[in-house]
Amino acid sequence: MMEKDIKKILLLGSGALKIGEAGEFDYSGSQALKALKEEGIETVLINPNIATIQTSENIADKVYFLPVTPEFVEEVIKKERPQGIMLAFGGQTALNCGVKLFENGVLEKYDLRVLGTPVQAIINTEDREKFNAKLAQIDVKTIQSEAVTTVADAKRVARELGYPIIVRAAFTLGGLGSGFCDNEEELDVLATKAFNYSPQILVEKSLRGWKEIEYEVVRDRYDNCITVCNMENFDPLGIHTGESIVVAPSQTLSNNEFHKLRRLAIKIARHIGIVGECNVQYALDPESEDYRVIEVNARLSRSSALASKATGYPLAFVAAKLGLGYGLHELKNAVTKSTSAMFEPALDYIVCKIPRWDLGKFKGVSRELGSSMKSVGEIMSIGRTFEEALQKGLRMVGQGMHGFVANKDLEVPDFDEALSRPTDNRIFVIANALHCGYTVDRIYGLTKIDKWFLYKLDGIMRLSKQLEGYDKIEEVPDALLIEAKQRGFSDFQIARKVMNPCGAEMNAEAMHVRIHRKARGVTPFVKQIDTLAAEYPAESNYLYMTYNATAHDVDFVHDDRSVVVLGSGAYRIGSSVEFDWCSVNAAQTIHKSGLRSIMVNYNPETVSTDYDESDRLYFDELTLERVLDIADLEVPRGVVVSMGGQIPNNLALRLDGAGVPILGTQAADIDRAEDRHKFSQMLDQLGIDQPRWKELTSLDDIYRFVDEVGFPVLIRPSYVLSGAAMNVVSNRGELEGFLTLATDVSKQHPVVVTEFIENAKEIEIDAVARDGEVLVYAISEHVEFAGVHSGDATIVFPPQKMYVETMRRIKKIARKVAEGLNITGPFNMQLMAKDNDIKVIECNLRASRSFPFVSKVLKVNFIEIATKAMLGLEPEIPHKSSFDLDYVGIKAPQFSFSRLQKADPVLGVEMSSTGEVGCIGEDYYEAILKAMLSVGYRIPQKNILLSTGDARSKTEMLSSARMLQQRGYNLYATKGTAAYLENNGVHAEVLHWPDTNKQPNTLDYIREKKIDLVINIPKNLSESELYNDYTIRRSAVDFNVPLITNARLASAFVHAFCRIKPEEIQIKSWNEY
Amino acid sequence: MPITKKRATLILEDGSQFQGFSFGASTPANGEVVFSTAMTGYPESLTDPSYSGQILVMTYPIVGSYGVPDDEREDGLSKHFESDRVHVRALVVADYSDEHSHWNSARSLDQWLKEQGVPGIYGVDTRAITKLLRDHGSMLGKITVEGEPTPLGFENPNTENLVAAVSVAEPVTFGNGRHKIVVVDCGCKNNIIRHLLRRDATVTLVPWDYDFTRMDYDGAVLSNGPGNPRLPFATVDNIRKAMEIGKPIFGICMGNQLLGLAVGAETYKLRYGHRGHNQSVLLCGTDRAFITSQNHGYAVDPATLGPEWENYFVNLNDGTSEGIRHRTKPFFAVQFHPESASGPVDTEFLFDEFMDMVIASK
Repeated sequence: MMEKDIKKILLLGSGALKIGEAGEFDYSGSQALKALKEEGIETVLINPNIATIQTSENIADKVYFLPVTPEFVEEVIKKERPQGIMLAFGGQTALNCGVKLFENGVLEKYDLRVLGTPVQAIINTEDREKFNAKLAQIDVKTIQSEAVTTVADAKRVARELGYPIIVRAAFTLGGLGSGFCDNEEELDVLATKAFNYSPQILVEKSLRGWKEIEYEVVRDRYDNCITVCNMENFDPLGIHTGESIVVAPSQTLSNNEFHKLRRLAIKIARHIGIVGECNVQYALDPESEDYRVIEVNARLSRSSALASKATGYPLAFVAAKLGLGYGLHELKNAVTKSTSAMFEPALDYIVCKIPRWDLGKFKGVSRELGSSMKSVGEIMSIGRTFEEALQKGLRMVGQGMHGFVANKDLEVPDFDEALSRPTDNRIFVIANALHCGYTVDRIYGLTKIDKWFLYKLDGIMRLSKQLEGYDKIEEVPDALLIEAKQRGFSDFQIARKVMNPCGAEMNAEAMHVRIHRKARGVTPFVKQIDTLAAEYPAESNYLYMTYNATAHDVDFVHDDRSVVVLGSGAYRIGSSVEFDWCSVNAAQTIHKSGLRSIMVNYNPETVSTDYDESDRLYFDELTLERVLDIADLEVPRGVVVSMGGQIPNNLALRLDGAGVPILGTQAADIDRAEDRHKFSQMLDQLGIDQPRWKELTSLDDIYRFVDEVGFPVLIRPSYVLSGAAMNVVSNRGELEGFLTLATDVSKQHPVVVTEFIENAKEIEIDAVARDGEVLVYAISEHVEFAGVHSGDATIVFPPQKMYVETMRRIKKIARKVAEGLNITGPFNMQLMAKDNDIKVIECNLRASRSFPFVSKVLKVNFIEIATKAMLGLEPEIPHKSSFDLDYVGIKAPQFSFSRLQKADPVLGVEMSSTGEVGCIGEDYYEAILKAMLSVGYRIPQKNILLSTGDARSKTEMLSSARMLQQRGYNLYATKGTAAYLENNGVHAEVLHWPDTNKQPNTLDYIREKKIDLVINIPKNLSESELYNDYTIRRSAVDFNVPLITNARLASAFVHAFCRIKPEEIQIKSWNEY
Repeated sequence: MPITKKRATLILEDGSQFQGFSFGASTPANGEVVFSTAMTGYPESLTDPSYSGQILVMTYPIVGSYGVPDDEREDGLSKHFESDRVHVRALVVADYSDEHSHWNSARSLDQWLKEQGVPGIYGVDTRAITKLLRDHGSMLGKITVEGEPTPLGFENPNTENLVAAVSVAEPVTFGNGRHKIVVVDCGCKNNIIRHLLRRDATVTLVPWDYDFTRMDYDGAVLSNGPGNPRLPFATVDNIRKAMEIGKPIFGICMGNQLLGLAVGAETYKLRYGHRGHNQSVLLCGTDRAFITSQNHGYAVDPATLGPEWENYFVNLNDGTSEGIRHRTKPFFAVQFHPESASGPVDTEFLFDEFMDMVIASK
């Protein structure tokens, strides 16, 4: 039964990827749109995240690259007049926006029906007090707590409940502003901060150490209800579920516990009135069947995306259908196509989710894990033993770890402390503790991780010690070798434990293990994920590999029609949804070309790991070992390594060495671009300029080189002791400080020093070539000067402020490089230009972060062309130039500093943004404004704080300051800035530096929300920031005041909002440009 | 992991062999090999008398993680198990987890199976075995253990009356409630009795061939049980007599098949049996569907039902009958397990409906 009168539906996306809200919503939204399309319903999507699949052609009928805020959404509603709206597929962003539209009467005004869970039900789950009251009606236990609106009340409640307590802010993503407090002082700090995100906070009794269990529930309008999956957190309560290793299904729950919580989950979904999907999180007493409901998310979530991938049950797709009025019993199981969707998947494997952190990228950030989320991505691994899944997973996370054991030694000064205060290293701390003789009981006492998990980890350690008892792989008994593989050991781990080779021989010895085990018949098997544990036949193309098997589930056709696409792995800073877009488009092109696409990827937040996006999906590792295993079985025509970012790119040379055909640009040429020396040599031969650089091994050499090129210079150490890996230094003092404190300079650890050109324009070219000839290209420019990482820069396409001469010369350089490297496929170059003097900074022979952006703005799919070129097919080359575009695209970064406590929110040569948006405007300023509003900036109401750094930045900002004054803004400034402005005829009231304790003080103004926008430009490019500047920036982030730290960007934003009034912003869909 | 690894082999009647390791009792076994897709509840499943004569393959690979509870009793019944002993002839798993962790665990699964004299085998590809069983239907099989005598051969448990083997010898009474419920024990799971006791019943569990119609009772429950429903003839005769009396009758699983036979319907063996916790059934004539726990290889053919009877539930996957009911009289039965244990508890309301009928017919 479908809602017959619904012909057009508006779906809200989640915007840029941020911590707590990432790629999973591209997956949910895409699935929902697919489900609606199947019903012949017209769909309108609002999502400024241009790198997503859901904003691609033929997914939604209309796409608006606009901010997901009530104001913009209302404008779209006014224009499109849809009959229905779906709020559950765009994370907390869409949900919050939907609640506001409901509360301010917009939904009623336009007679817009909310399809799926009603808004009142959403509100009942979001407001803690209402939620607790609602569940109390059906005798379901929630955590004892009280909602308060003042810090004083928070203290009173905490005293009543007794410490430790947990503070939760309502209506925030992934627990923002939440945390544990052991005493009143801690509560004071945390509560003050939390009130900045939410008018209401919840003070509750802490249940640290209880098990954390989740259920994914689906309910239809006939009251039919199922739980698709349950999951158990490896880490007990106290660590945000997004920060925890999670397994599915639960492992340590008895039948009674499993079904008690399942029954409650269904009871709750019914009582709340869910139509679609929700997630119920529980705390479960490890000593009894006592429980508490932690929360209910009345929408698709990260957990539901994980559950979909873990089970093969397409939750978002089904939820969308239920929103249209279908019953579960009227829908089919999408995997079997014959059985009913009204069923609960039976797993015959275990999945393990592990978060990926990038805390090393941030200066000053706290590495401790707690009740708010910091991870930037996650992986899912599949195995038939927990050990197999876990060790696979630890490799997938991709931070140089080889599994649970056989890793680089970790320095742990105090195990007791490290075990009881978990950081992003927790699992490896456990490994080291076990290695050093800690017992399971002792670790349990310190971590409260269920002993079952610890026993398994201990088992891996014992197995590892058994392997150490041998020196040659040939001596290892087959039974032990098989057991090691069944418990997830890689060839690399076995080589390290058995032969223990030193550095350079490591890869060769790992290959030796591979050859030996293949000769002994020890190879993995391919199994299907079919949702029902083989009970009925299923033609599933959703596959994983395991050593805990003796038979394959599928046949391998060696007809030279299979093409393998290697995906991008875990989302991380620098590699996220954009590479998923590239991978999916490559697979689609392969499929459309009449070939068989085989995707390899393991990121549960992606569309590429959706089994209907490729002909075969291997949800498995992107290691050399596993890709070779797949190549051995599939014998593909070739492997595409240029779509998934750096992970597949790095495999090219070794795959080639193992005889696997690489499609497109050959491995040796990829190496010539990747190897700094070879690339530099080639540029010299081609007569292309580059910044002067040298790889140096002693301090004296470094000083000599710096004398030659002058400050500032960019330092790239190969060995980092602490802090960021790259740094720009402006004087001898900084250079010495950085080199002696943060790095080790030696023959083994050379340092690359590059001349750094200040105030140079940074330019990117994304292009596709075939046999060395450029087929299509797109040149874009950065708003910021060179020195801001290209992933953090604001990018303009087509460029608006570039000499035609520069454009022409860049095109020529690209042609030479394409020819020189004999490129076939995608490539990207970064260049800098100063006064038409152009230098190449770097070149990647793969798709880049900006491919989806330029493809969508230009409306030419670069990936399709690149894939066809690599397959040796004739791509259609559109005769379209960026000069023909009468609109402008802006790609802007999204930062997640608010989640990264203590991190300095400043931009530098290391990337720190977690996502991006891409917006299209009539002109440069309109596009800037849309993009900035899309990443969370607000047009200031009245008061702006300026602290504009060095002389050049001050000059840069002067015209902006004038304009602001003319528009009637109140300007506040720190002392030097105020004086400078005053001298130039702009009045600004002085606010004193944070450390002066003088009034009026910058800090108080920020805290008291008297400032609507902070523009704080660091004094120089070095990171030796003064306490004051850091404090201003950090306070702005902590108190949720918009902050800009780059003069060029600040100036662009100020000009944009001064020139264009909000009501003048054009509401145009992608196809209207 | 047991310290000494002893090899064991599962051999199917089609000749396939699966090599693994022994746990539990290190004795050989034979029987009908069946699988279950349940992901939890091995203590309950292993003690379910319906598995009598069978070698059980668990499709969920990791088994044993939360150990096995103790033998505590409550209301005259084992508190944690579905009967007083393990009924499967052997257990087949992929990854046996000897190290276990649970507040309610008293021993490892290995220890318990040893106490019960039941062998287990682990380290085999249970998915590959399941696919064979699925495609061939259930097969006979045997387990051999390294160094132990091999059983003589395959033995089909379905040729004997397994119901007679697992039923009580004499009537036993439980509880002291207001309603007198007789439960015909074809291999009754304890949770059926627990559910009735919770609803103010005095439960008398009678042997499968006991003529309970001579008793003073308010309602009759026909329990689940193992094997071929065509073998317990005596029960079918008694059901016919009970329908003459007219007191409410509630059949579960085997009880459903026996009720069907009693009213002249046919039963048949399913192509793919239903064994797991995830089967959905639709309440006929409505849009209400439920997830159920199931364990059966036979079904009632609804086309052979008389005009006074109707299909009660149907399976949403294959459309087979999941229950029958009389159009006017208080007789009904379901093919699934509303008492769960193990499995989902969504259809417990059937016990309420039965008790309502009992009260109404008093």
